[in-house]
Amino acid sequence: MSDVKMVATRAGFGAALTELGAKRDDFVVLDADLAAATQTGMFKKAFPERFYDCGIAEQNMMGIAAGIAATGKKVICSSFAMFAAGRAYEQVRNSIGYPHLNVVIGATHAGISVGEDGATHQCCEDIALMRTIPGMTIINPADETEAKLAVAAALDHDGPVYMRFGRLAVPVVFGDDYKFEIGKGVELKEGNDVTIIATGLMVNEAMQAHDLLKAEGINARVINIATIKPLDKDIVIKAAKETGAIVTAEEHSVIGGLGSAVCETLAEEYPVPVVKLGVYDVFGHSGPAPKLLDEFGLRAVDIVEKAKKAISMKK
Amino acid sequence: MDVAVKKELQKTACKVRMGIIEGVHAAKSGHPGGSLSCTEILTYLYFKQMNFDPKAPKMEGRDRFVLSKGHAAPALYAVLAERGFFDAELLKNLRQPGCILQGHPDMKKIPGVDMSTGSLGQGISAAVGMALSAKHFGNDYKVYTVLGDGEIEEGQVWEAAMFAANKGLSNLTAFVDYNNLQIDGTIEEVNSAMPIDKKFEAFNWHTIVIEDGNDFEQIEAALNEAATVNKPVAIIAKTVKGKGVSYMENQVGWHGSAPNDELYEQAMAELKAAFAEL
Repeated sequence: MSDVKMVATRAGFGAALTELGAKRDDFVVLDADLAAATQTGMFKKAFPERFYDCGIAEQNMMGIAAGIAATGKKVICSSFAMFAAGRAYEQVRNSIGYPHLNVVIGATHAGISVGEDGATHQCCEDIALMRTIPGMTIINPADETEAKLAVAAALDHDGPVYMRFGRLAVPVVFGDDYKFEIGKGVELKEGNDVTIIATGLMVNEAMQAHDLLKAEGINARVINIATIKPLDKDIVIKAAKETGAIVTAEEHSVIGGLGSAVCETLAEEYPVPVVKLGVYDVFGHSGPAPKLLDEFGLRAVDIVEKAKKAISMKK
Repeated sequence: MDVAVKKELQKTACKVRMGIIEGVHAAKSGHPGGSLSCTEILTYLYFKQMNFDPKAPKMEGRDRFVLSKGHAAPALYAVLAERGFFDAELLKNLRQPGCILQGHPDMKKIPGVDMSTGSLGQGISAAVGMALSAKHFGNDYKVYTVLGDGEIEEGQVWEAAMFAANKGLSNLTAFVDYNNLQIDGTIEEVNSAMPIDKKFEAFNWHTIVIEDGNDFEQIEAALNEAATVNKPVAIIAKTVKGKGVSYMENQVGWHGSAPNDELYEQAMAELKAAFAEL
């Protein structure tokens, strides 16, 4: 594993904006005084005349993005997940979501892996909040490759898109041949004993869990769900039918995120045991991100445990 | 202002007021007080000031209007109907299922509505975004918005004001419908935003106070001055809440309630009499 490239998805976001900016000048980028952290600073440096800093005023930034989109122009706005989805929730709902405007929200520093900044900045509720807005598309890329492809797709998507990126450098798991499509899950590993449905940085952990389970004679299917809304119901129901047990894995509250979306689908379409791995309704705290992922049980070994539990619940 | 032009505008405003009362009475709900106070401002913008085509409401280079105080929707709808964006008969179905005329402005459903609003403080940010878009992409259209005087208690208004001045958005004009009443009482009683003009000045806006915001000549003079300024412009327009309907004038109780049949007849009779006098 030592030769694996480690890149934060937020860096993929910044790089994608900059690459897109070189190809086209039909969009502007907004930030709220966090350009260096969200990585929109890369775009700002390359195209200063197409970058607008809104200052520390996220609610206004969402309204400005809505106004730009209402004139038929493309816009990407960025802040930390806590402030984009949390502080500005009602602006996103009423000014962007209700009129279904083409605004791309690039929310970085999502989840526990924010690390040392602690609980006030560790947003584990953003997917839940954004899922409740009708017509909102939510994309949580697993690595740099997927982040870059997703940004390009989001820019030309019809309707608002909430994109979730992480601060922590994580393994680049996908190669140049990786195909991304909004709304499509991807089966990364075959298996018929249990399915691990993962999103974001938990995708890499899920692939490792697959190997650990295999060593014990358990064949786990691994599915990457980058688009949490609209959920790829077909791939989820197929997995339920073919493997009979599901584990969901996300760096987000177990309330309202990927696990909830999967449960909601399967409860109505094809009920099988689902064990949710995520942040169990607690706030985070300060510490180095890798240690926090260990402590909060967001690792491959934790997925293995949940997979065994799910299998034991099969009828 | 030419006397005949002024009379024509006054007649139009009178018809708009009838549309407001018609709509709110039929809906048995809605916000007549703050609709009647900004009637002249909206009428002037749509009949004298703004560039648009009612037959092509999405025309790219049109001037934009954002009703930041979205609860004054009955006034906007009555003006749009009077201006030919849609049939005035629709006002009788205001707020009813199946009717495009929502309780608050909806840009996806209603021809002529440039931005969905209703949650206070958000409209001005959208207007600022539109003005920024025009400037960035090299379009020369203008953006107008109307805020309530109670609405400016929302912090987002001042985030927007700070940004607009910092980015030099001289293509933006914001009216404050200063009728001095909000739901829980007078502006001073609830949470004074006064002095409103000094606040906008402090945020680097060009500020104009008009003593009678229900007077077309004063509205026109303010907009003419605004056109010469290289800054965003705030026009603080002192108006009368409930203007034109005797029992609603300066009565906070008519902020968000509809007249019964008897009071509806009285309001319409007063407005018809006022129209006949013009």
